[in-house]
Amino acid sequence: MRDPLFEFLLRQGDNTLILSHRISEWCGHAPVVEEDIALANIALDLLGQTQMWLGLAGEVEGMGRSSDDLAMLRDAWDFRNAILVERPNGHFGQTMMRQFLFDAYHVELLSELVNSSDARIAAIAAKSLKEVEYHVERSATTIIALGDGTQESHARMQAALDNQWTFAGELFETDAGDETLNETGIAPLPSSLRSRFDARAKAILGAATLAIPETSFAHSGGRSGKQHSEHLGHLLTQMQWLQRAYPGATW
Amino acid sequence: MYAQMVKSENTDSGPEFDAFQARIDAGERIEPKDWMPDGYHKTLIRQISQHAHSEIVGQLPEGNWITRAPTLERKAILLAKVQDEAGHGLYLYCAAETLGVSRDELTEMLLDGRMKYSSIFNYPTLTWADMGAVGWLVDGAAIMNQVPLQRTSYGPYARAMIRICKEESFHQRQGYDIMMKMAQGSIAQKRMAQDALNRYWYPSLMMFGPSDKESVHSTQSMKWRIKINSNDELRQKFVDQTVPQAEYLGLTVPDEKLHFNQETGHYEFSEPDWNEFFEVLNGNGPCNTERLSARNKAWNDGEWVREGMMEHARKKAANEKVAAE
Repeated sequence: MRDPLFEFLLRQGDNTLILSHRISEWCGHAPVVEEDIALANIALDLLGQTQMWLGLAGEVEGMGRSSDDLAMLRDAWDFRNAILVERPNGHFGQTMMRQFLFDAYHVELLSELVNSSDARIAAIAAKSLKEVEYHVERSATTIIALGDGTQESHARMQAALDNQWTFAGELFETDAGDETLNETGIAPLPSSLRSRFDARAKAILGAATLAIPETSFAHSGGRSGKQHSEHLGHLLTQMQWLQRAYPGATW
Repeated sequence: MYAQMVKSENTDSGPEFDAFQARIDAGERIEPKDWMPDGYHKTLIRQISQHAHSEIVGQLPEGNWITRAPTLERKAILLAKVQDEAGHGLYLYCAAETLGVSRDELTEMLLDGRMKYSSIFNYPTLTWADMGAVGWLVDGAAIMNQVPLQRTSYGPYARAMIRICKEESFHQRQGYDIMMKMAQGSIAQKRMAQDALNRYWYPSLMMFGPSDKESVHSTQSMKWRIKINSNDELRQKFVDQTVPQAEYLGLTVPDEKLHFNQETGHYEFSEPDWNEFFEVLNGNGPCNTERLSARNKAWNDGEWVREGMMEHARKKAANEKVAAE
């Protein structure tokens, strides 16, 4: 079994890396210029967090791999992001729904990680939390506005929620490695964050006049690396292309 | 520069016009509430909007490489740069709005082809070196024109330019930095860098607009200080600055006639193909169709979002009103 700490850091860094990549695909195509700017902001924040998480992962692994090596030179089965974040953008409402579900989890996780017994993790979490508090506020406001907007925007947001909801559960999946990290005070059990996530989701989605699907089913396979969706391979094909086509070049 | 071939209106004469011209000649700033000739007003709307549209369409050729940036740091820099451009578009639309047109009206005119954007953004970005070339050459050419425009006669435009120029010089440096890495890199990287220079050299020279002898709209605009330097002056300045930079990179400017004239202290260079320039302006550039259809798609796909947001805002305002009563 791999070192649980390394695995944990990959999960953090891969979530932010892949989600940042997806959001950056919007560049120049958003519904209004203000959204172009805001989406770029969030992508940039998540990219900065990626550099910190994967940088630390490389250090902890001790094999001399940099954050770039980890981002650009691993294949899909070595990625540890949840499937939610690799899902294609779809329309703007789908992107924002995915963002809200992730942000609502992310903010709870970081709020705990600021107290991590590992000072490096606590420091990354403290920096990230400031950004993510803003992310969740923004995605929540957008979800409420579009859910409560026109009939069309409401219908689109309900469909987006129905479509993404079963991918949120994976964020709270808990394995033996998580138990180990929890025992040493490094990271909370993901399952322990669920009730606060649910409370926020209920409040925000309620204000958005959207109905949470009645299912406890959750897709799984990303954070364990067992079975990603087909989408991840295509994303990596694009993201890693230059590093793969010109090995060893510096840019 | 991001504004090319902006049609200038003629002006009338009379005491008001003379007084207006006297203010401009004295270096005063014209502010939105001040009286201004119709021609000045119309020309400014065209020029500022064309500049704004260029920033917005200009997100696309660089956005094309964000998802393929070679390192996390390069990706962050490129994202930040393209984000700046969207921000520039926003300041400029705000400056145009002070003249009594709305951003939505201007957007409609871009999307249906009534208003133009800079010819340069109709060229494709084919390799990572193009991100270097765009920053180095395209932003470099833009700065040539935008620095003097900080002193343009219309206050809101001049102030937008001051903010924009600060960011543009960072953009140019990051572009040159990419070119430097490529030029010092592997054989393949050098080849990419040279290829990018080959393809972007003449389109960059075209950014300044046609030669002064052909430039029919310049005189009135210069009188109004909406345009500060002539097209040829700026183009010469750009070539003089850029050729030594290319030499430093070990790259060859694709112009066999290029040479330094000791007597004048300037480089002599070949004119770009002006037929190509007019074809691009008329919609026949390599990417005109893609760029405009990408912007149209973004706007049309976003319609339900904009309407949803507006409707929510109306409901919220109505509820607050009820609560207040």
